[in-house]
Amino acid sequence: MNRKLYNKFLDKSFTILGLVATLIGLVVLSALLIDVFTDGMGRLSWQFLMSYPSRRPEEAGILSAWVGTVWVMILTGLIAFPIGVMAGIYLEEYEKKTWFSNIIEINIANLAGVPSIIYGLLGLGLFVRVLALERSVLSGAATLAILVLPIIILSTREALRAVPFSIREASYALGATRWQTIRSQVLPAAMPGVLTGAILAMSRAIGETAPLITIGALTYVAFLPTSPISSEFPYISFQGIFDAFTVLPIQIFNWVSRPQKGFFTDAAAGIIVLLMITFIMNGIAVWLRYRYQKKIRW
Amino acid sequence: MKSLIAIIIMAFIVCISAKTYAAPVIKIDGSSTVYPITEAVAEEFQKIEKGKTKVTVGISGTGGGFKKFCNGETDISDASRPIKPSEVDLCKKNNIEYIELPVAYDGLAVMVNPKNNWVDYLTVKELKKMWEPAAQGKTTKWNQIRPNWPDKELHLFGAGVDSGTFDYFTEAINGKGGASRGDFTASEDDNVLVQGIATDTLALGFFGVAYYDHNKDRLKLVPIDDENDANGKGPILPEYEHVVKGTYQPLARPIFIYVSKKSADRPEVKRFIEFYMKEGGKLSKEVGYIALPDKAYGLALKRMEKRVIGSVFGGHGAQVGVKIEDLLQKE
Repeated sequence: MNRKLYNKFLDKSFTILGLVATLIGLVVLSALLIDVFTDGMGRLSWQFLMSYPSRRPEEAGILSAWVGTVWVMILTGLIAFPIGVMAGIYLEEYEKKTWFSNIIEINIANLAGVPSIIYGLLGLGLFVRVLALERSVLSGAATLAILVLPIIILSTREALRAVPFSIREASYALGATRWQTIRSQVLPAAMPGVLTGAILAMSRAIGETAPLITIGALTYVAFLPTSPISSEFPYISFQGIFDAFTVLPIQIFNWVSRPQKGFFTDAAAGIIVLLMITFIMNGIAVWLRYRYQKKIRW
Repeated sequence: MKSLIAIIIMAFIVCISAKTYAAPVIKIDGSSTVYPITEAVAEEFQKIEKGKTKVTVGISGTGGGFKKFCNGETDISDASRPIKPSEVDLCKKNNIEYIELPVAYDGLAVMVNPKNNWVDYLTVKELKKMWEPAAQGKTTKWNQIRPNWPDKELHLFGAGVDSGTFDYFTEAINGKGGASRGDFTASEDDNVLVQGIATDTLALGFFGVAYYDHNKDRLKLVPIDDENDANGKGPILPEYEHVVKGTYQPLARPIFIYVSKKSADRPEVKRFIEFYMKEGGKLSKEVGYIALPDKAYGLALKRMEKRVIGSVFGGHGAQVGVKIEDLLQKE
């Protein structure tokens, strides 16, 4: 009887402990959000979003920074997502277990823990200097893409592993090749999990400052990358990816280190913009995941 | 579906992208101390150019800036100290010739907590006693500096070791650029130093005077006495007239931009430098620095027109107690 009571007590206490653990994260997050919003909300305006940086805090804006962030994020996704997913599929579905494959796997897991500034040094050496891409949007996006690759690969593998093996066997039984099985059965089923990994990866990339500062992303940029669609022939231009850029975290970092108090308010407002972009990005991914989940019918 | 979203996002970017021209870009990088002035000049310059020229400014620190500059990656380098021998060699190796132009004075302010009621002034010797390499682990109490000061711990705050500010301060106080004790709180971000000194009654630190101007209520400025009556008797504060007249010594220094000779021949770079020399004084005052005398800007502009290559400091790095117009006139 006593034993039963004790177990009940344990059960209850774990529930409470779990709740407290959850709340700690939430309380810290909301404290941060409240602090940033009270500081920066008043500064947030159309003028702030549509102006270039300035020496006067009240005239300074964040246009070049947030457009730069959107550019870099889209390009990072376009580079990292296909490579990461393909690598994940290969490692999970095709690769034979040998000592070599073990080394690859351990290294990918280790790469996920390498400090981001190391990726910046790699980007500086490889993209900026050797490939002579200069300090362009492309250099920045390629550096961030390498930074988030391990996350995408690992989460793709997790997602593929979660697809029941019976699905694959059923597909093979009907005469499908390996590629047909992966393409039409396994990958669609794994897609929600793959997308969750991609969300995490992009959310990490958007806040990175150190690797971009290392490759030499600039602080003061008062123009935007060349627009990808133009009114003149040939209507599409890739010039933008070779243009100089700045991103939100760098602009925020710079404002926080300035002496004038007005720049602190600007920085807080910049953080709100960064949070909003992260939120929109995650929203798109959640919506995509939802669509894929609905499509799965076995 | 995904492509549809991509199109929507791209279309959105297009809508807000300003109409762009293939405008030439002036690339600037370097010191965070000079950054606010260059940013202000770039801002005003781009307004009058109306999109004809683009200017980008980065912050890699004086040393990092020179590395890029001497690799031919930038047109102009911001520097809070003159170029050093190792950087002169690197530039020579890559065939980069440069024109050195002073843009303003920066006073290094020595600061304590407002609750500190014992420090009335400091001599350069006393500062050296605090900061010299031999002080590490030994000079740890205020009463070791002056016996009638309290028997309390001394907490030091200073600029990060990669900055030109650190190089200059150590040159001025310890007699050798970069030579300092290592056991102090170092930060590249001066606001961290402001915060540190403002919350610690036993603190002492140094940084650019612009940061003092915006935090007057939280810091106490310490007058400095170099015990050399030739440039002002007694302890002196880093105020405008003392810095310009050269009596706030040895902690006032000129700050520079270096222009690559190859870039200087481009018309937009020439226009930019002319604008910098014309408006730089006014703009540097606005962002918290001390303008050079008008004469100095005129001399600097002549230097640019005549393409005078090299440094007036002979490539030896930071040098203490110089009046920039004297040096320029010597040429």
